[in-house]
Amino acid sequence: MASAVELQEIEVWDGNMAASHALRQAQIDVVAAYPITPSTPIVQNYGSFVSNGYVDGEFVMVESEHAAMSACVGAAAAGGRVATATSSQGFALMVEVLYQASGMRLPIVLNLVNRALASPLNIHGDHSDMYLGRDAGWINLCTCNPQEAYDFNLMAFRIAEDMEVRIPTIVNQDGFLSSHTAQNVRPLSDEVAYKFIGDYQSKNSLLDFNKPATYGAQAEEDWHFEHKAQLHSALMHSSRVIEKVFGEFAKLTGRKYNLIETYDIEDAEVAVFALGTTVESARVAAKNARKRGIKAGVATIRSFRPFPYAELGNALKNLKAIAIMDKSLPAGAMGALFNEVGTSLYQVKDSKHPILSNYIYGLGERDLTQVDLENIFKELQENAQAGKLTHPTQQFIGLRGPKLSFC
Amino acid sequence: MKGWNDFEIGAILFPFANNGEEALESHNNERDYTPESSFKASVAHWRVEKPVHNSEICINCFNCWVYCPDAAILARDEKLRGVDYVHCKGCGICVDVCPTNPKSLLMFSDHEDNQNALKNWPQKEEKKKN
Repeated sequence: MASAVELQEIEVWDGNMAASHALRQAQIDVVAAYPITPSTPIVQNYGSFVSNGYVDGEFVMVESEHAAMSACVGAAAAGGRVATATSSQGFALMVEVLYQASGMRLPIVLNLVNRALASPLNIHGDHSDMYLGRDAGWINLCTCNPQEAYDFNLMAFRIAEDMEVRIPTIVNQDGFLSSHTAQNVRPLSDEVAYKFIGDYQSKNSLLDFNKPATYGAQAEEDWHFEHKAQLHSALMHSSRVIEKVFGEFAKLTGRKYNLIETYDIEDAEVAVFALGTTVESARVAAKNARKRGIKAGVATIRSFRPFPYAELGNALKNLKAIAIMDKSLPAGAMGALFNEVGTSLYQVKDSKHPILSNYIYGLGERDLTQVDLENIFKELQENAQAGKLTHPTQQFIGLRGPKLSFC
Repeated sequence: MKGWNDFEIGAILFPFANNGEEALESHNNERDYTPESSFKASVAHWRVEKPVHNSEICINCFNCWVYCPDAAILARDEKLRGVDYVHCKGCGICVDVCPTNPKSLLMFSDHEDNQNALKNWPQKEEKKKN
């Protein structure tokens, strides 16, 4: 039996430490890990918890991220609670196995500390890796700070392991901005946290010799389509369970999360839509914009997959202009978020069809300043007053050289 | 025919209809396999040519049985008893490793009748003189 850690009511943790403690409290059976910046401290801290007797499970050291996720798939199929952490290139190497995990419906929890993708090599944060994994059939949850990294890790186990869901789940946090920034975190006691997550319920465990199962068998054109459709359906319906878990967590802690988080959006005319730590900066900028007479708001989502189309469309449909912020290379298209938000608004009933613009920012952790956000709100206001776009749809913020914009 | 929402999640197949530990104790001919198991379901769709076994030439060396990547060579009572066409992919490895002269396993078109194939078996090849 593992020893408990006595936690203070308020701990000063960075996002990585917060995630490590949440993983420890979940009493995971197997963590297979290959460290990579900026997620390294998650498994490093966890390793010290294991060696100091605070965890009963196994800690498997492997030779690559591909092997780490493979070991996780094996351990999860065998019937254990499993988690790991990674970033950037390591996540890219894992991607091949991510599809195995979701296809086999293994409720693995992965901490993805978002970081840029090479080349050029860059260890700092942007959302490129999150977008790389978006079609892998995992639930993707988004967090803004260490407290949320902690809370969402606890909830991720509940969501992934729910018998209606059984889908592996990624908890995203911003590299360095969240992962290495120490803040006040209010943890649950070990006992309360474990009780919230609950004992692991295995399903079709490989180690059940009375009911042997073949995992990941071949299915060509005769059945492959049906299996993928089943996964998609479960993902699309998982938001119901995500909301249920959000509700139970709120009852336990008083911290209420929603699929759509809005700030001052009720009477807003213009809004910024973003993911991760940018949301907090945008809230400050919106508050300042209101002082200048701009009816500004901010919106974000908690689950990037499943994407809450209807809820988001309803939350944003009455706005006049929206800036959609993409912290990844658009790579020959509009930003990924821009496309998703646009679809939400186009499909929702009685949408007033807000004017949409796409801002590409923060690649490789280029700063997004309050002045940048102030300018974005200014441009949104001009769009709202003119009733049309007064600038190109897609613009790059903070890029050196001649202004880069498209469409 | 089942729909996408009818089957077990996770693309999982259950080989045995009853208790698995009991099934393992009996010979695989007598086990109660499920229709979805890869034992009963044909996994040989892409075979173009099939190996035909000629028991009159066969010396029961079991080379083919050892090398078959799909365990599709049937061996019973210490004798080779032909090929399991539900699992054979037609790779031809068994023919390649067969040491007899002429070979006791040969590839024929998948459409060829086995009796016909046996009638058209080639004669012993003379060793080439140096």
